[in-house]
Amino acid sequence: MITVYVPRDTTACALGADAVAQAISAEASQRNIDLQIIRNGSRGLFWLETLVEVTTDAGRVAYGPVNASDVGALFDASFHEGKDGHFSLGLTEDIPYLKNQERVNFIRAGIIDPLSVDDFKAHGGYAGLDRALDMQPQAIVDQVKESGLRGRGGAAFPAGIKWQTVHDTPPQQKYIVCNADEGDSGTFADRLLMEADPFQLIEGMTIAGLAVGATQGYIYLRSEYPKAHEALKAALANAYAAGYLGDNIAGSGKQFDLEVRLGAGAYICGEETSLLESLEGKRGMVRAKPPLPAIVGLFGQPTVINNVLTLASVSSIFEKGAEHYKNLGVGRSTGTLPMQLAGNIKRGGIVELAFGSSLRSLLEDFGGGTLSGKAIKAVQVGGPLGAYLPDAALDISLDYESFAAASAMLGHGGVVVFDESADMLEQARFAMEFCVVESCGKCTPCRIGSTRGVEVIDKIRDSKGRDDKQRDDNLILLEDLCDTMEFGSLCAMGGLTPFPVRSAIKHFPEDFGG
Amino acid sequence: MSPAFDKAAIDDIIAQHQALPGALLPILHAIQHAVGHVPADTVPAIATALSLSRAEVHGVISFYHHFHSKPMGDNIVQICRAEACQAVGARELEQHATTKLATALGNTSADGKVSLEPVYCLGNCACGPSVQIGDEVHARVTPERFDALINELKVRELEMSAPHAKEGEANS
Repeated sequence: MITVYVPRDTTACALGADAVAQAISAEASQRNIDLQIIRNGSRGLFWLETLVEVTTDAGRVAYGPVNASDVGALFDASFHEGKDGHFSLGLTEDIPYLKNQERVNFIRAGIIDPLSVDDFKAHGGYAGLDRALDMQPQAIVDQVKESGLRGRGGAAFPAGIKWQTVHDTPPQQKYIVCNADEGDSGTFADRLLMEADPFQLIEGMTIAGLAVGATQGYIYLRSEYPKAHEALKAALANAYAAGYLGDNIAGSGKQFDLEVRLGAGAYICGEETSLLESLEGKRGMVRAKPPLPAIVGLFGQPTVINNVLTLASVSSIFEKGAEHYKNLGVGRSTGTLPMQLAGNIKRGGIVELAFGSSLRSLLEDFGGGTLSGKAIKAVQVGGPLGAYLPDAALDISLDYESFAAASAMLGHGGVVVFDESADMLEQARFAMEFCVVESCGKCTPCRIGSTRGVEVIDKIRDSKGRDDKQRDDNLILLEDLCDTMEFGSLCAMGGLTPFPVRSAIKHFPEDFGG
Repeated sequence: MSPAFDKAAIDDIIAQHQALPGALLPILHAIQHAVGHVPADTVPAIATALSLSRAEVHGVISFYHHFHSKPMGDNIVQICRAEACQAVGARELEQHATTKLATALGNTSADGKVSLEPVYCLGNCACGPSVQIGDEVHARVTPERFDALINELKVRELEMSAPHAKEGEANS
């Protein structure tokens, strides 16, 4: 029997993958071809979606991008026998975009059936949990410290230290919370991981539970991700059925329960303390720290709260060893970071690389330049609170320290590309506008400062080219306002909104009439 | 005026979820899923079940963009306004959509068919501009594609209201 893979992730489906799968099924039965379709996750090569793959003796062969209307032609060219044709891309593993990556988190993405425990195990899954089940909690925490793993949500705090704090609190109800509120524009790595390889996250959270003595976990997922929600619900049910969750994990007698909870469209709930408030059923208002969530977290109990990729990385650290993980990357940025190429980019998708390659190489060698074919004007790395970088700054190394030194933020690895048609005054204005919409309202500089920020930028727009004095006065006012927001806000929402604003003014003064 | 929802069904939803730790969001999601919005008349029952004040429940509903306290249009169309989509024409798409439907973002078209909502990222950032209709995300939505999607909604609605019309069309 012939096996054909058609992705089921959000982006593939948004580009018509469901219709492609239906067309292949219909065409096959019309031609009397015995064929099974597996709905895999995506490989993350989104510019090639819908990417159809066929199993051959030489390996999986790829065709793309395929539309439903192309399916007849694919069969005419005998794609189901792996023959070359119009959409042929050769062996999937040999596509340079994929071949030149160093995949850790996404090693199984698009390869396995995302909802099959057996498929996950056949590709190295749950080997890490088996190892962790034989270890003492402190030894598990030590492994995570040894790996150098840092939080992938944006703040890059060492995960092992967080875990140690929770481990050291007296025995009581503790929690593992996964922050799956991936709200940054230009990021989709968490989404793809949950849709393409959800057991990796489940395994990582289970190991975290063993490490700190937590028996209950929650995945807080944003409501904008309905497909990830379906995938997680199904994967959790399958993990329970296979004995990998519940009160006797893999026959060890140890307990870990896990549940997915939906957010409700508030960007601020990606901030860990407001996420905890939201999980408790309250408005997502930021909490002051201390106390740290590791000591007083969910429902007032000690809580490990980590991003999807952080927890998922634990699976690989325990499968292949902390040493293996640590040897990837540079300096204190160990391991890999799945970069997400987005916006005006020719070849958008997931590019997972060890820390330390250059942003320009990522944009040119992988991304292929802009989609529009025009020159790159600005690149925003790290989401809506990240700085806008001009072309001259693109040789920067992709690691936490280099970005911090450039007053920028690597964050969650989102890279949004703008071509020369972008107006950076409008982008600065949007940063403030977004803060107006999404501020939780707790801190005055963020709640009100953002509204004043929009107004001041409007005044700059109105006066530029007409009244230089008024423009200059308002630029000074905006600079003061940015200071107030940066130093007078509890969390990154108000504290970092000035980054995109200031970087736009600094690097693109011509758009502000300078 | 009688409430536009089944009170017994709401009580069932509350009873099913109220023992969960942090039950309020799961309850609100379930009610909105069943009714289409969270009617203000359901607030007292929720508050009583969770030992909260009505103000606290109202405060949560109004905090989250996802929850609606008023009825919405037949279809919810969300346009992504975030940066990655802006870089490939989301600002123009937003203009086009508000003109086409003669309604501002956050409002419902005069015929009640479409509620046009802003959304900040659907996680489809490599293939924007992105639009979500119901639970379905659409990629690379140009103004022409947007018009086609809105027309498909209308055709689907005609088919639903007149199941035989489709057969007639197919034969002609």
